Amino acid sequence: MAGFDKVVSSYEEAMAGLEDNMTVIAGGFGLCGIPEGLIGQIKKMGVTGLTVVSNNCGVDGFGLGVLLEDRQIRKMIASYVGENALFEKQLLSGELEVELTPQGTLAEKMRAGGAGIPAFYTATGYGTPVGEGKEVREFNGRPHILEPSITGDFAIVKAWKADRYGNCIYRHTAQNFNPMAATAGKITVVEVEEIVEPGDIPPSQIHTPGIYVNRVIKGSFEKRIERKVTRSA
Amino acid sequence: MALSREQIAMRVAQEFKDGSYINLGIGIPTLAANYVPDGITVMLQSENGLLGMGPYPTEEQIDADMINAGKETVTASTGASIFSSAESFAMIRGGHVDITVLGAFEVDQNGNIASWMIPGKLVKGMGGAMDLVAGAKNIIVTMTHADKHGNSKLLDQCTLPLTGVNCINRIITDLAMLEIRDNAFHLLERAPGVTVEEIKQKTAGKLVVDGDVPEMQF
Repeated sequence: MAGFDKVVSSYEEAMAGLEDNMTVIAGGFGLCGIPEGLIGQIKKMGVTGLTVVSNNCGVDGFGLGVLLEDRQIRKMIASYVGENALFEKQLLSGELEVELTPQGTLAEKMRAGGAGIPAFYTATGYGTPVGEGKEVREFNGRPHILEPSITGDFAIVKAWKADRYGNCIYRHTAQNFNPMAATAGKITVVEVEEIVEPGDIPPSQIHTPGIYVNRVIKGSFEKRIERKVTRSA
Repeated sequence: MALSREQIAMRVAQEFKDGSYINLGIGIPTLAANYVPDGITVMLQSENGLLGMGPYPTEEQIDADMINAGKETVTASTGASIFSSAESFAMIRGGHVDITVLGAFEVDQNGNIASWMIPGKLVKGMGGAMDLVAGAKNIIVTMTHADKHGNSKLLDQCTLPLTGVNCINRIITDLAMLEIRDNAFHLLERAPGVTVEEIKQKTAGKLVVDGDVPEMQF
């Protein structure tokens, strides 16, 4: 790696430094826009005791779900975890802890974490189990709860294209949580479909500026579809 | 007669105004997209980051990178925009989405809603529901008026853990359309052939019936 060139050539290099008990923030919504190869590398490394922050936890045998197979995740922070039988089993047996977080609050926790804002007030969750034990303050006549933001030791991100400097663009709704995740990792690793040269992506169309990105790797993706629904032509 | 799921969705769609931005939850709310009245245009927001959700794709159009909040394959309509989850919930939390339609287990006369958690059963998560009920200007809840044992879901006080407080204005059930204000359910319309008496019987919370209550028109 020289200068701003962030491209690495192996998954080992991409995830080097990940250790037991670290916090990993992962982009993706369901199975859409997930860094498949980086998840595979975490599985291969066998690190355990992880706290994983992601909207969902994959499905049995795919996505983040594979990290449950060897009990690598100790705590999951997510908004919805309903697609995964192994998750359910480990949750009920107490091997896995889950912190359910409203989806918008989760996105904002990552955004704020990456933006250097340690906490924020939101009306979301006030008066519900999510608000229990949290500081309440009234703004404009309405109660809000104080939500701490989130940063991670690692952020794993899936982008469509990145240039060598780490400037990224996302494709369609595979964007989702990825731009926020990218800002919130001490080490942010982006797995992409295509690596291009600096200048190939017009500067004003870049979604994630390279300053947030530490490593870029070209991956190959299965892009499994969770619910295929069609209409007749 | 009690309305079918499709009829509830049809009645919901009559509430849509031309030029509205609308978020539809999973289930009956999603069906409402099929009944948008002629001559009006609405734009559907999907909270995973799509404003201007189009129909499901044809087999040829399927794209794994193009899904809705229900994780189904979908298309974007002309004039759509795609953005991050933070941007999506800025729209929702910031009050820019005009109408949210979602299902519920219970609603009470103070506008509280319970829709995500039944103690003792496995909790899968609230997804975006808490953000949506905290942020939308108008929230329509669709549900059956009573559960399958005949117990009312329109209560004086929710018994289940809440999704949001003091946020629901309108409910469309299989029996009636009601508005919540002044800590009471106000009966606005009846399903065709359903009597005020039956609605009273199946509404556990405070129900206000003002004069003749018209039947829904389809």
